[in-house]
Amino acid sequence: MTVGDMSQVATTNGTTPAPTKGAQRAGAIANWADERLGLGTAMKKNLRKVFPDHWSFMLGEIALWSFVVLLLTGVFLTLWFDPSMTEVHYNGSYDPARGREMSSAFASTMEISFDVRGGLLMRQMHHWAAMIFIASMMIHMMRVYFTGAFRKPRELNWVIGCLLLLLGTIEGFTGYSLPDDLLSGTGVRAADGFMKASPVVGSYMSFFLFGGEFPGDAIIPRFYVMHILLIPGILLGLVAAHMLLLVYHKHTQWPGPGRTEENVVGYPMLPVYMAKAGGFFFIVFGVITLLGGLFSINAVWKYGPYDPSKVTAGSQPDWYMGWPDGLLRIIPAWETHIFGITLSWNVMIPILVMPPLMLMILIALPFIESWITGDKREHHLLQRPRNAPTRTAIMVALMTFYGLSWAAGGNDIIAIKLHLSINQITYFMRGAVFIGPVIAFIITRRWCISLQRHDEEKLLHGYESGVLVRSPEGGYAEKHLPLPEAKAYTLTARDRDPEPETVEEIEASGLAGRQVRVRKLRAKLQALFYADNVQKPTAEELHDAQHHAEHELHELESQIAAGPNRHGPTEH
Amino acid sequence: MSDAHTPDPTGHELVPVEPIADPGLPEHQWRPTDVDPAKEKRAERQVATLFGLSAVCVVLFLVAYFTLDIGDNWHVVFGFGASTMALGFTLGLALLLIGVGIIHWARKLMGDHEISELRHPARSSDEDREGTLQALSAGLEESGIGRRPLIRNSLLGAVGLLGLPAVVMLRDLGPLPGDKLYHTIWGKGLKDKPMRIVRDEIWTPILASDLEIGDLVNCQPDALKNPERYDIDPTEVEGVNLQIHKSKASLILLRMNPGDIKPGKDAEGKSRENWTVDGIVAYSKICTHVGCPISLNERTTHHLLCPCHQSTFDLADSGKVVFGPAGRPLPQLPIAVDEQGYLVAQSDFDEPVGPSFWERDYYDRW
Repeated sequence: MTVGDMSQVATTNGTTPAPTKGAQRAGAIANWADERLGLGTAMKKNLRKVFPDHWSFMLGEIALWSFVVLLLTGVFLTLWFDPSMTEVHYNGSYDPARGREMSSAFASTMEISFDVRGGLLMRQMHHWAAMIFIASMMIHMMRVYFTGAFRKPRELNWVIGCLLLLLGTIEGFTGYSLPDDLLSGTGVRAADGFMKASPVVGSYMSFFLFGGEFPGDAIIPRFYVMHILLIPGILLGLVAAHMLLLVYHKHTQWPGPGRTEENVVGYPMLPVYMAKAGGFFFIVFGVITLLGGLFSINAVWKYGPYDPSKVTAGSQPDWYMGWPDGLLRIIPAWETHIFGITLSWNVMIPILVMPPLMLMILIALPFIESWITGDKREHHLLQRPRNAPTRTAIMVALMTFYGLSWAAGGNDIIAIKLHLSINQITYFMRGAVFIGPVIAFIITRRWCISLQRHDEEKLLHGYESGVLVRSPEGGYAEKHLPLPEAKAYTLTARDRDPEPETVEEIEASGLAGRQVRVRKLRAKLQALFYADNVQKPTAEELHDAQHHAEHELHELESQIAAGPNRHGPTEH
Repeated sequence: MSDAHTPDPTGHELVPVEPIADPGLPEHQWRPTDVDPAKEKRAERQVATLFGLSAVCVVLFLVAYFTLDIGDNWHVVFGFGASTMALGFTLGLALLLIGVGIIHWARKLMGDHEISELRHPARSSDEDREGTLQALSAGLEESGIGRRPLIRNSLLGAVGLLGLPAVVMLRDLGPLPGDKLYHTIWGKGLKDKPMRIVRDEIWTPILASDLEIGDLVNCQPDALKNPERYDIDPTEVEGVNLQIHKSKASLILLRMNPGDIKPGKDAEGKSRENWTVDGIVAYSKICTHVGCPISLNERTTHHLLCPCHQSTFDLADSGKVVFGPAGRPLPQLPIAVDEQGYLVAQSDFDEPVGPSFWERDYYDRW
């Protein structure tokens, strides 16, 4: 017996055709990589990772993608920008400035704007992207707060987000100071004043930062290093940590049929989420490019180079610095001169105290709330802002404070545009920054509770169908129909607020001293936190209401059917 | 505390769904492109068209790059610059079309079955925690860090001290302030040649008679243009030094009715009545709040307003703050006329100009 040539005989009985050349090569590459990196295990879990879909989840993506645009355009700008304060005579294409003395930093910014093709586009894109980066971080943060996405286990990611906002702001300030133009130089001059106002070490800090007396020749190169190396490095690290935690915790989702605390429902990363997120990168990039091409921003040639003896009327910092600047404008002239030293409250309070305080409040919010509510559970389902009225009201109060302070930063512009007295605007703002947030808090809280009542009404009595019915007595009523099951379920997919401990319970607990006082304080705050909230109906309430509604409907229908005016009025 | 707040060890708790039971995930709805091959084909063509248009935009971008001039043509097209505008428009569209194309593809043609994944509590399992604790204590035990406090404490001390070089090495970031904030170049006038006050930008000296009542002039010390006249090394007033001097010496002259001036007191408590010339007063232009140059003059009131934070100073009343956040009056420069009749500084300011700082002293002028 001889063994025949077996090479032509199929070795498997599989029904799939043999892989193509291309697939074979891809397989070989994947094998090569996996044998060295072990990617298979990591990717198996993550390739089809589920991401829930909702428009508000895009806000953070805008921040992420505008950060990428910042990195790309920023690298382009570094190729020409010269971070030096050496004075040169401008000799470029912009005639009105030709022959003028200016720093190399300003001259190279002019070169990028007028002598490098696409340079102005990149500069404007960089500036627009910075605006969008910070704005989208803020709006993303509000989304996370209002929906309760900051709750356990995501508190640390909230803290990272706060730090990103802080660093983004500093990055923005150092960045817009780099061209050394008259407007940004005025900002740096103010920053010098802020540092000098610091207790004890103020003038030393200023001399160390500026390498001597203001303005010196060190500040632009130093800001440059901070702007292109130090802060972006930290930002990148924190962004990575933010994303890793997001992946580890899995994204939060809105409650709805089939969406629970235990699962995450959505599209798999490959292909849909990857395509949507990747496509969205191009959209953010494209919009920023259009803005950079079509809308002028930071036209430094109009301001001219920095000169410490000059300033333009209506000088203002970039918008995200506006609110401390507003506080700086409305603070009364408080300065203490005592024992031969000077304490500048008029600078320390708005600049050295308020922004760090605001940041600390933001960072502390999740921890304060969970301390008050005593809630130690994990939360993956989002809450509607109305279902946490006190929380929502706290943020609206903070936003009101922010907005009023910011508006105070434009008091001169408001005075000119609206023909008002700048003094009166300033006096008004001094009161408004205190009263405004309180009013906003109260209105928001009550508003939320009204919306909760509306939800309850819809659950118990159905939605307004728009059909008007006339009763035999001649009265008109709108027919209410029960909500579809999915909608009704979604409205009720939320927790009931817990009952705060009563004083008797605490006293009966056998604790004493400080612990009791803390428990009592917490119970009091809890009562305030949940006060007047509307709880979702119980199953019985819902059942009774449905029963009642059905009965009423039947009654009405039978009355109409039996009534004389079934086909319209007959009396006439 | 109610039951709802006691987590089980995994951090999860199973609350019975109520008052309405979870109806479960809704059924998948087929899209038109899933069931109608013609619509599917059309969506495919749409996506490809978007990508194709993007490529066209890139070609237009290249054409614009090489054909449109920048430089002198920067103000073409509503002051935007044709090049910048065309490059931004074509590149922006190219990017947008790719983005829109990909998303259109994802929405119309990629699978749209929602899938569900189980979550896991963030905390590690008890088993893992136990193992980690064991590993940790075994490692620490072997290192002996707990048993040998001498080693531990001396290491902590040594590493802690390493912070000092890191801080100390920053010392040379800048010189110490010394008395630099207390002096300006106005003090460099000579006995026989007091420092002339000259107009900013055009650097011409000023006769008292040049100013009419209500006139405000932005001024600089003559030494910035003519250092030799005052035996000052020219490098002292060049480049960076020029900027430093300007940031302290910038001056404002304002002429008012001599009768309007209420002279205050100087540092020694003597009257400032001979600090002015025929109703002309000289004040530092640098705001005492955070250092902006003050520039807005209210002609009828001799009030001067800082455009940055609206501090307002009364130049008839020793630079008193009449509104806004500044905490100190503007420093006044005592002036006189030289033998040719030009305005000069009698001396330097008698206090530091610009923003306040900790070690700065203060005296009352009223």
